[in-house]
Amino acid sequence: MSLKDLDKRMVTGPDGEQFEVDPMQDYFCGEVPKVHKASSIKIWENFLNWARSESLWILGYGTGCGAIEMRPLMTPRFDAYRFGVQWRPTPRQSNVFVIGGYMSVKTLKRVIRSYEQMQGPKFVLGLGSCTINGGMYWDSYNTINRLDHYLPVDVYITGCMPRPEAILAGVEELKKLIKAGKGEGQNKYAENFEWYKANQKKIIKNWDMPDYNW
Amino acid sequence: MEFQWIKIPYALLSIFIIFNIGMLINGVVRKIGARVGGRYGIRVYQPYIDLIKNYALRSNVSHGIMFYLGPVFRLTGGVGVYLLVPAIYGSVMFSNFSFAGDMIVALYFIFFGTLGMALGAGEGGHPYSALGIGRGLAQVTAAEIPMVMAFLGVAVQYQSLNITTIVAAQQGGIMNWTMMTNPLITILGLIAFLGTMMRSPFDIVLAPQEIPIGPPTEFHSTFLGVLQTNRAIFPMAKTVLFMNLFFGGATNWWILILKVFLIYMVSVIVGVVFPRFRADHSIRWFYKYALPLGILALIVTSIIF
Repeated sequence: MSLKDLDKRMVTGPDGEQFEVDPMQDYFCGEVPKVHKASSIKIWENFLNWARSESLWILGYGTGCGAIEMRPLMTPRFDAYRFGVQWRPTPRQSNVFVIGGYMSVKTLKRVIRSYEQMQGPKFVLGLGSCTINGGMYWDSYNTINRLDHYLPVDVYITGCMPRPEAILAGVEELKKLIKAGKGEGQNKYAENFEWYKANQKKIIKNWDMPDYNW
Repeated sequence: MEFQWIKIPYALLSIFIIFNIGMLINGVVRKIGARVGGRYGIRVYQPYIDLIKNYALRSNVSHGIMFYLGPVFRLTGGVGVYLLVPAIYGSVMFSNFSFAGDMIVALYFIFFGTLGMALGAGEGGHPYSALGIGRGLAQVTAAEIPMVMAFLGVAVQYQSLNITTIVAAQQGGIMNWTMMTNPLITILGLIAFLGTMMRSPFDIVLAPQEIPIGPPTEFHSTFLGVLQTNRAIFPMAKTVLFMNLFFGGATNWWILILKVFLIYMVSVIVGVVFPRFRADHSIRWFYKYALPLGILALIVTSIIF
């Protein structure tokens, strides 16, 4: 599929009738993200935050070399399941996006799409020095340097690469943030949507998707 | 039959209890699986937290009316099967809405959820959903044949389509259970049971390594919560149905929990021993082995009884 396929055009149907096709409108919704307020009843919101923090579903999408450190987390030695961490194959059902290290421009596009399809409250874990300042790729031609210019990051885990123990510590830190009601990355993204979009578009030259992927 | 209003709170209580049994068995089975694999595993109450979390998500995206109705139909299938089957034999509170032809209606309801889900997941528009539905409908149809034959065999044996009558005929010790009086039909029933439990080797619908995760790919937050609720109720409803038909029913909740757990573990143990079939293997297997066995079992049943 090329960019031209996304243009508005007239198509002739099998019965000879003419109709207009606008793929960007037909397949996607043009709305921008909304801010979802937390419940005003404090004790209820605390309870829900507890449930959110104890049931972290990670999107099974390895975005960089750090993703290899997530495999030992599922196996007997580190077993993250005992902390309520589970893996889901689809962004719709996930709440946590683990960015596994360096982020190339090509991957960033997919990451943005996946992140926007996740339903909130959603959280982002940045793995390794590459997500903090670019790490050893800081002057590379095709990677980004600071992840939080493009997505709201909740917890950074240092290291190159962080060991599974460090990731577990990061998950525990994320749990504390959520329980304290500070896991509002989704709302931050919605509030500063224009700023994030401008940053993303500065990096991604072939922008062939809607501004917000429902 | 006169309708009594008191049956409604009884039914709600019955659903509440079976829902909790289902959630706990789901947790315990995953825990056992983890321990066998050398892991500590999830907390036993993890399914409850997941459920609360999913219902509490703040945003959701709908794809249309059928997308809403898909999970609702699925839950209706689970609750429908359960409410037609007497949970506790001889109990006024927990005999649910068992009536003269409940076995036939229960068979309808087992298929009902799959059809509803097919419409809902189809509107989700994800290619994996469509693939999963195609496989699911083909497999449920293939497994439905031995299931209908097993049910028919039981009906022939006890000369009744009423599950309460069938349970009543099996009272008085293990030697009166269909399992002992008619082993062939019981084996056939268990094969059909395996085919509908969505566990390996028949888990071609969710197929985690092929089409992750099949029909529910697009379902999230509350939609997924409803599906998870059904995932606690529907397998339990089917297991209670099979317990009533083949394993003598239950006269109190403790016996029900024990029997349901053991019957459920049949599908779990078969699942960990055998790897997954491919879609064509699974369907062919039902027609090649389960169908002839069914015909044989029906002939034997009609000669003996």
